[in-house]
Amino acid sequence: MSLKEKLVSSFLAFENHVDLDSKIHDIRSEAIKTFEAEGFPSKKDEAWKYTSLNSVLKHDYSLFPKQENALNYSDVKKYFLDDIDTFKIVFVDGKYASNLSETTHDGIDVCLMSSALNKPKYQLIVNNYFNKVAEKNGITSLNTAFSKEGAYIHIPKNKVVSKPIQIVHFSTGKEAALMLQPRNLIVVDENSHVQIIERHQSLTDNAVLTNSVTEIVANKRAIVDYYKLQNDKANASLIDSTYVQQKRESHVSVHTFSFGGKLTRNNLNFYQNGEHMDSTLNGITIIGDKQHVDHNTLVHHIEPNCESHQDYKGIFNDSSTGVFNGKVLVNKEAQKTNAFQSNNNILLNDKATINSKPQLEIFADDVKCSHGCTIGQLDESALFYMKSRGIPEKEAKGLLMYAFSNNVLKSVKIPELKQRVTKLIANKLGVNIGFDL
Amino acid sequence: MLQIKNLHASVEDKSILKGINLEVKAGEVHAIMGPNGSGKSTLASVIAGKEEYEVTDGTILLEGEDIDELAAEERAHKGVFLSFQYPVEIPGVSVTNFIKTAINETRKSKGLEEMPAKEMLQLIREKAELLEIDRKFLSRSLNEGFSGGEKKRNEIFQMAMLEPKLAILDETDSGLDIDALRIVANGVNKLKSKDNAVIVITHYQRLLDHIVPDFVHVLYNGRIVKSGGKELAHELEEKGYDWIKEEVNA
Repeated sequence: MSLKEKLVSSFLAFENHVDLDSKIHDIRSEAIKTFEAEGFPSKKDEAWKYTSLNSVLKHDYSLFPKQENALNYSDVKKYFLDDIDTFKIVFVDGKYASNLSETTHDGIDVCLMSSALNKPKYQLIVNNYFNKVAEKNGITSLNTAFSKEGAYIHIPKNKVVSKPIQIVHFSTGKEAALMLQPRNLIVVDENSHVQIIERHQSLTDNAVLTNSVTEIVANKRAIVDYYKLQNDKANASLIDSTYVQQKRESHVSVHTFSFGGKLTRNNLNFYQNGEHMDSTLNGITIIGDKQHVDHNTLVHHIEPNCESHQDYKGIFNDSSTGVFNGKVLVNKEAQKTNAFQSNNNILLNDKATINSKPQLEIFADDVKCSHGCTIGQLDESALFYMKSRGIPEKEAKGLLMYAFSNNVLKSVKIPELKQRVTKLIANKLGVNIGFDL
Repeated sequence: MLQIKNLHASVEDKSILKGINLEVKAGEVHAIMGPNGSGKSTLASVIAGKEEYEVTDGTILLEGEDIDELAAEERAHKGVFLSFQYPVEIPGVSVTNFIKTAINETRKSKGLEEMPAKEMLQLIREKAELLEIDRKFLSRSLNEGFSGGEKKRNEIFQMAMLEPKLAILDETDSGLDIDALRIVANGVNKLKSKDNAVIVITHYQRLLDHIVPDFVHVLYNGRIVKSGGKELAHELEEKGYDWIKEEVNA
């Protein structure tokens, strides 16, 4: 039985566990039909031309692990940003881990999707926003059909959330192969501000496939800073689809740091519904071996006077492959749009590959849109210059690669996170540099 | 200090240096002059260890030790410094962080601990003052958007920080106005001692008015064709290189 067949046939059993009368039931039933019709994407789909899921779909994934697998904080501490106080929503093999979490209902809701979907007091928000921004394509519909658990964050208006929120999904490897489908909903109301860090972490070399969907709604003048830290084990794959709906004067930034995992696909879609807003999409990818990272972005400028900034840097070693497919769509009404996109890549090995495809579709006539893409090797003359000052080749290369990715780090607003990412980069590049950029 | 014997070097099978002999003793300043394309910058790069150049014959000895096989950074650790004609821009790395890294890597190669931060700051302040460098300048990205003069001053600042035994200044005077030239020359002169040596590569006499050479060599077609005292530089300034070419070709 293929994974698709297995998923479709297990849907009924899944639905028996949940409330058949709820509105969500209809949404789920609709979604499984879409998935059944469309299935998993293949290389025949234009948006998946350079990323094949074949190698990750062949495992016999366990879909609903029965066991409760508890973890001790001390064993997984290193995967948290633990030098500052944060809210935490933590899952182990798809189930909520209360001992690792710190949720709140004090003025804001930082809690679980399972509660939000079932309890009446969240019904209004769920009805208004759940599955509204998400696309109805096959892979997202699959997540919708099985949506049950994940993070639910609602920040009512005029709140600056005092500390960042960490959403962490662990997989313990108790199952030989595990498929997870977390579903997050984040609604930030007028004038509110929140910072979120998301991480998926496998603890063994067993196969894991995560099909994650996050919907973010930034209402009027909201500020949302979202950081995705992807540094997973060699057999862990992630298909992440994040949909961002922005209202007027809001500012949303998503940083994606892709340093690990077998196959990572980041679908990141921004929809600008209103004027005078700003969207930032930044990413650093540093991979090697046979790793594969695909960034597929969309910024849809719908109304006038808005900006978007995309800056993706990639460093590819060994036989790794990268994909950048960035689409900017400017509606006829969206005059005075400023849209910038840049994708710079360094290939450290002849066998490494990057497929970079910027797409601009502009229907307005008074806009500033630019895109640039570079693919190159490290600058030999810069290397000689550094070596001639006594900096050994390895450190010189490291320094150059640091410098290369520095611009993206600059916009990280949590200093401790910036430091953590800097360290991860140093480890990834195998260098020890005596200062933080 | 430096002994170059019968040095032949080529790049992509094109022979550029065709038998250079040069001896530079501690405490001396040597000027190497010559027309464009004579091999001056190649000589500087070969001494500093640029890998694109292949040494096909001859040897380079630094304090009696053969350095032919050493990587550029190892030569730097032994005290060779090359001031670039065209310093490379490195966006994202500040002048301060770059020089800190260079100094600490050099110390590491000698089995020393990293220089304490306070000492480093003190040293940076002292040397920046010598080169009349503003403190704001030190936090800028290395060479990025620097004017010609700023780039060259920054080169000599790094030299002052690293205190090399042998400094090679490759056309350090090009792109400098008269004030910058004076500052740079003054910096070099203050760093000169009986224990180190300087090789100045230049087209023109004007830098040599400030950094006075003990010996002047004329490089032409990959060979040193004439050597003399500082008066040779004046003669070249007056008469150009044609008479030398004629002498050689005769």
